[in-house]
Amino acid sequence: MSLTDAAFEAEPVHAEVVHGKGPWQLAWERLRRDKAAVISMVVIVLVALLAILAPLFALITGHDPLTQYPSTALTPEGLPVGPGADFWLGADSLGRDLFVRLAYGARISLLVGLSATFLATLFGVIVGLLAGYYGGWVDGVLARVLDVVLSFPYLLVAIVLVAAVGASVSLTIFVIAFFSFAAMARVVRGQTIGYREREFTEAVRSLGASPLRIMVIDVLPNLVAPVTVLASLLIPTSIVFEATLSFLGLGVDPRTPSWGAILADSTDFYRVAPGLLVFPAVLLLLTTLAFNLLGDGIRDALDPKR
Amino acid sequence: MWRFLIRRIVFGIVVLWLVATTVFLLFFAGPADNVARRLAGPRAPIEVVEQIKDTLGLDRPLFTQYLGFLGDLLRGDLGTSFISQTPVSTLILQSLPGTLWLVFGAAVLWMIMGVGGGVLSATKPRSLRDRTLTVLVLAGISLPTFVLGILMIYLALSVFPGTGLQPGPYISPFVDVGAFLSTMVMPWVCLAVVQAAVYVRLTRGSMLDTMGEDYIRTARAKGVPERGVVYRHGLRAALTPVITQFGVDVGTLLGGVVVTESVFGLQGIGQLMIRSVRDGDLPVIIGAAILAAAFIVIANILVDVTYSFLDPRVRLA
Repeated sequence: MSLTDAAFEAEPVHAEVVHGKGPWQLAWERLRRDKAAVISMVVIVLVALLAILAPLFALITGHDPLTQYPSTALTPEGLPVGPGADFWLGADSLGRDLFVRLAYGARISLLVGLSATFLATLFGVIVGLLAGYYGGWVDGVLARVLDVVLSFPYLLVAIVLVAAVGASVSLTIFVIAFFSFAAMARVVRGQTIGYREREFTEAVRSLGASPLRIMVIDVLPNLVAPVTVLASLLIPTSIVFEATLSFLGLGVDPRTPSWGAILADSTDFYRVAPGLLVFPAVLLLLTTLAFNLLGDGIRDALDPKR
Repeated sequence: MWRFLIRRIVFGIVVLWLVATTVFLLFFAGPADNVARRLAGPRAPIEVVEQIKDTLGLDRPLFTQYLGFLGDLLRGDLGTSFISQTPVSTLILQSLPGTLWLVFGAAVLWMIMGVGGGVLSATKPRSLRDRTLTVLVLAGISLPTFVLGILMIYLALSVFPGTGLQPGPYISPFVDVGAFLSTMVMPWVCLAVVQAAVYVRLTRGSMLDTMGEDYIRTARAKGVPERGVVYRHGLRAALTPVITQFGVDVGTLLGGVVVTESVFGLQGIGQLMIRSVRDGDLPVIIGAAILAAAFIVIANILVDVTYSFLDPRVRLA
């Protein structure tokens, strides 16, 4: 074992002399040259800061996301005040601070987007590796399950589940993860089938490596690129799905500030207060667009053909 | 062909049975009192809970209830709405036209936009035209349907009030064509724009693959005009994955265009479903879910049959 490992690792002897670049270093340099991807990263960092610093904004403005401030936030006619020094982006129809609510909403969006994507990736990779590596009846059963999951109408299933067990953040995460894992598993399965027959897997197998070792140590590193690309595209899909569910009143608790719920609240008032519609819509759009652009950028950067 | 069709239909029935069983267990498994309480809602008085338990026979063994449920289903009896006391099948039939018109109108639009855009993109890859379309597609994919819908309503009502377009309940075109169009145009465009983005991407990818095939080179070599190469030889084969997606999408959407219907207040299956979930109107939820599953199963069978006509290489066994 030590002999073979040494033989594999002995390759970059001249690394310091030639300054050979690893595939990740190369991808990172390509990504940095991609203007759209860089701007997207900046946007994502800003949204993340908005989410992380939400309590700080609540402290500075003195406005809690759930409390109504009828005396300062509503005009004598009962209409919400516009953007200003006190309410940065104005107030909503109930006299709550729109900016503070959007900042807390960013937490929900990122929480759901990231955790659903993480779960989907984890299960997708496991199922895909097993189906692709073992083939035969294991693959037959798993591939059939994936087909069924992929043909399910997302939103309708979510609605039925909400009707049966009640709406919650964890249910939202679970539903998104459940429906996204199949796409991930299918990609991983296809790639694994390709790698299973390659010479290097053949070689470690003949050295007596266990299936687990082959899957995790020999096949998995080759799948990092497609998995990263797909995962980066799953994040915006999850964010949109959460917003949609909350907009329909089926996602998080309606009082919780979520971008979808804030947009749903705005529908009755945007004629008098367009900011209620425009600010959350733009924020949601910027976030999903940034994640999608970054995903495309990562794909291009990791593509060995370019 | 017939053998294939029969096998697919049997498989489809099995899928529907599984869906019905899952939905049944989801709502009815558990102690009778808990089930009745869940159906009645958390604030309903105890008398209502007891009444629900009696009328639905929730005290009976689960398997007996299940057989009753399946029996009713086979007879086409979907039960009666808790809220309006109307048969569920009546409610569904009332909501179906809105959804049907919405889906078919939007489908025509998105196929034209999607396949047209895909072909424009793929015939000149990496051109300015291709890049512009790619950016538009990305914007379309990032744009949540409900945000697009709200923005459209805002524009139509507040910014350009002269268009006459307005959101509102479904009006049959056989009653008032003008009112039908003024309420349907926005939902059509909204649904079509979001869908078209996916179709441009799909058609472009599929078209690029096909145009690299040997038989395309053969067609060019034997002097087929470029138009003929693109449309008769290229597009026809490239459409196969597009048709699959189209069948699946139409089937899924017929079960309720939940978001678009909700945003525009268009009464359809999706709207009916959302309302029933809010009201806890269980028979309607179950009925609509099974209907949605049936549409998907039928659409999938139709897609497979269409394959054999589109692609001469596919023979159904």
